[in-house]
Amino acid sequence: MAEVLLRGLAHSYKPNPGKPADYAVRPLEMTWEDGGAYALLGPSGCGKTTLLNIISGLIKPTQGNVLFDGKDVTELPTEKRNIAQVFQFPVIYDTMTVFDNLAFPLRNRDVQPADVGRRVQEIAELLELTADLKRRASGLSADIKQKISLGRGLVRSDVAAILFDEPLTVIDPHLKLVLRSKLKQIHRQFNLTLIYVTHDQTEALTFADQVVVMFEGGVVQVGTPQQLFETPAHTFVGYFIGSPGMNLLSARLLAGRVCIGDIPLPIDPGSLHLVPGDELVVGIRPEFVRYSAVATPDALPVQIVRVEDLGNYQIVTAKVGEQLVKAKIDEDAQIKTGEAWLHFPAERLGLYLNGKALSSAQPVVI
Amino acid sequence: MQKIQDHRAWLLVLPVVISVAFSAIIPLITVVNYSVQDILGPGQRVWVANEWFINTMRDKDLHSAFLRNLLFSLEVLLLEIPLGIAVALALPASGWKASLCLVLIALPLLIPWNVVGTIWQIFGRADIGLGGYFINNILGISYNYTLEARDAWITVVIMDVWHWTPLVALLCYAGLRAIPDAFYQAARIDGAKAWSIFWYIQLPKLRGVLLIAVLLRFMDSFMIYTEPFVLTGGGPGTATTFLSIYLTNIAIGQFDLGNGAAFSLIYFLFIQIFCFLFYTVILRAGRN
Amino acid sequence: MKNKFRFSWGGVVIVVYFFLLMLPIYWLLTMSFKTNDEILGKLSLWPHNPTLANYREIFTNKAWYSGYINSIIYTVLNTIIAVTIALPAAYAFSRYMFMGDNHLFFWLLTNRMAPAAVFLLPFFQLYQSVGLFDTHLGVALAHLLFNVPLAVWILEGFISGVPKELDETAAIDGYSFSRFFFWIFLPLIRGGIGVTAFFCFMFSWVELLMARTLTTVNAKPISATMTRTVSASGIDWGLLAAAGVLTIVPGVLVIYFVRNYIAKGFALGRV
Repeated sequence: MAEVLLRGLAHSYKPNPGKPADYAVRPLEMTWEDGGAYALLGPSGCGKTTLLNIISGLIKPTQGNVLFDGKDVTELPTEKRNIAQVFQFPVIYDTMTVFDNLAFPLRNRDVQPADVGRRVQEIAELLELTADLKRRASGLSADIKQKISLGRGLVRSDVAAILFDEPLTVIDPHLKLVLRSKLKQIHRQFNLTLIYVTHDQTEALTFADQVVVMFEGGVVQVGTPQQLFETPAHTFVGYFIGSPGMNLLSARLLAGRVCIGDIPLPIDPGSLHLVPGDELVVGIRPEFVRYSAVATPDALPVQIVRVEDLGNYQIVTAKVGEQLVKAKIDEDAQIKTGEAWLHFPAERLGLYLNGKALSSAQPVVI
Repeated sequence: MQKIQDHRAWLLVLPVVISVAFSAIIPLITVVNYSVQDILGPGQRVWVANEWFINTMRDKDLHSAFLRNLLFSLEVLLLEIPLGIAVALALPASGWKASLCLVLIALPLLIPWNVVGTIWQIFGRADIGLGGYFINNILGISYNYTLEARDAWITVVIMDVWHWTPLVALLCYAGLRAIPDAFYQAARIDGAKAWSIFWYIQLPKLRGVLLIAVLLRFMDSFMIYTEPFVLTGGGPGTATTFLSIYLTNIAIGQFDLGNGAAFSLIYFLFIQIFCFLFYTVILRAGRN
Repeated sequence: MKNKFRFSWGGVVIVVYFFLLMLPIYWLLTMSFKTNDEILGKLSLWPHNPTLANYREIFTNKAWYSGYINSIIYTVLNTIIAVTIALPAAYAFSRYMFMGDNHLFFWLLTNRMAPAAVFLLPFFQLYQSVGLFDTHLGVALAHLLFNVPLAVWILEGFISGVPKELDETAAIDGYSFSRFFFWIFLPLIRGGIGVTAFFCFMFSWVELLMARTLTTVNAKPISATMTRTVSASGIDWGLLAAAGVLTIVPGVLVIYFVRNYIAKGFALGRV
């Protein structure tokens, strides 16, 4: 069990980083609470694996400190940090049996054979590997191998945190769900700090209590899956999360109102210091866009260009001026292409300047 | 790893089969043709069926040469494989040092084999060679590879080890570099010591390249010709007369093509059987 | 992190091994700068009367330098062909089961065991009849006999080291097979390709018998020219040594060229 604190942390592969683009991980402050299940979510190259490797000790950060329970571990190598790591592909000892694989970390630490046996049985039962204990590790399927990898981390009683680097990459899709549930079960049972790196939002949103979204080396938002969905702090979060992602529409300040094209929106820009030249972006999730066949005040006139039937719901694509908007509408509604009106509820609209949300709080520290 | 069954994979293999068959089957047929005839001169052939084969199998000199080859290959393998692995482990993984080492280690392999024999010829002489001089005069051991059978044998073995260990080392080095970092990281997290890392991670992952190295070195050492021929000519006496030297003497020296062809086929067959045994044993060891 | 001056067994092994390795090479080098009298006269640790005559002979005599060029041409040809046709075959052996696959694999290996002396005369007749005699391509093709099995063998080993799940993941991600093969897969086995290319080059380069038998003038390799050093008056040791030294140079270039491939090995890419 450990609380992980990242202080003034940054990492660059260039000797003298100047601008933000020089950093693989931009300067950040972060606390990962003891016993929390976190997902590190982001697209390829956003720096999430780098951050994970900094926490595990495989990379030494060029700036800042890593603290486990208040103790500075930045200079300590991986093996001294009491963490376990599960990699993208199964890392097991081919020549050993499953039992010996799980026993290996304990035997290296001179644990008594009786205790080794007991502990291995415990973990094998938890991971449903008991039947395979006597078998040679090399011939087994990928999901069992990943369970062995995980087991080697769990078998040590001094493990503080377990780090996962896209561990389900090589697992068959129908087994992914099984493994994910297993991970949640383990989390509840052991109360370990779990940090799970992925580029798959479904994995992140179902696994984690808190999701850390990264984009281009920076952490753009930390929050529960619901927070990320309802109040994205960054356009990237809006776009990346949700299927389809948030609608992001260019807007401008016109006569004191925020408008798309010439049509004013029900947002009050009063307290925000906006300038007419600002390139604003208005965000609204397709789930919250409301359709109306007739004009209502506050509704925007649009041209419906496409209606896709996806089973329980429909995706309606409409043109507002030159921009496209998608709406998720109930399957029962009868929608035809052509003229229509869309209503954007004020409480669901987000206003963004340079990617960052204007009306919500700063996105980084918990 | 589970393989997919797909006979269309033959298309991928076809270019290889054609190119090798072109070079192998046609000449092989010719050799078989010769082996069952007695070629007395151009246009003068007598069909002798399997007479050459029986002759060959009864040849006492052939038996001694065969045993000589077995002993040689065994000694050479026992020296080159462990040494090659040790060197590969010790070589730096990256940087200019690695480049330098790779270039240096490749040098013995690139020297034409007759030149290798020539170098050692001079090197081993007590009067004008660094090695011979050092052993005789500084270490005080009497050493003369032209006169003493034991010395000739040792020189040929050392020459082979010097020449070919880099092949084992290079294969193992490439194999080691192909192990993903994650395995070393996981081993460190598991608290494994250096020996465990070698025995449980590196050696198993080198199994593939080691199989290639063992078979290659066995085959090539069993067929060795140029280097010992240049160095000792097969002598003193028959101390270093290996099978291929014996064969060439018969076929070319005595111009006995029929006999030579029969001999070659038997030789070929022996190598095949041995390699097949090695191959199967190592594969089975891998699977268990 | 690591103390640079810490004693390491690895360092000792390297130093001792390389010293012993370099001794005969040093010997070769010094011989090339000595006259025959000096070589055969007494033990001399370095050339007391250094001479460039041996090298001059090689660089000025067309018979010599054309030998080098010929050898380079057919060796490079052979390496390229061998690696190119071996790659798909190695992939097939590694990933698929097909009729006769194990037997075929072993049959390939057996071709490398064929003593070249045995095949000389048939080769000679065959190549003459198809017009490949005394051509670079001819020698390059002949050398495929032993290089292709080797290439398939080494490459198969490296390809099998890449988890098959990667192929499937790429397919799911929507990569076409050729894009996957060239951009994702090949970089993963570059260690194998590097070492294969080097060995193919090396075995073809040093091969004497076939190259000499199948050529006369146009494609005569350096190994044949070297027999010129043996004449009625004895062996021209200095010239042979100089030729030997120069023979090492192309191979050094090849390994220098592929060193990064061998050293980088397996890189799963960073995310």
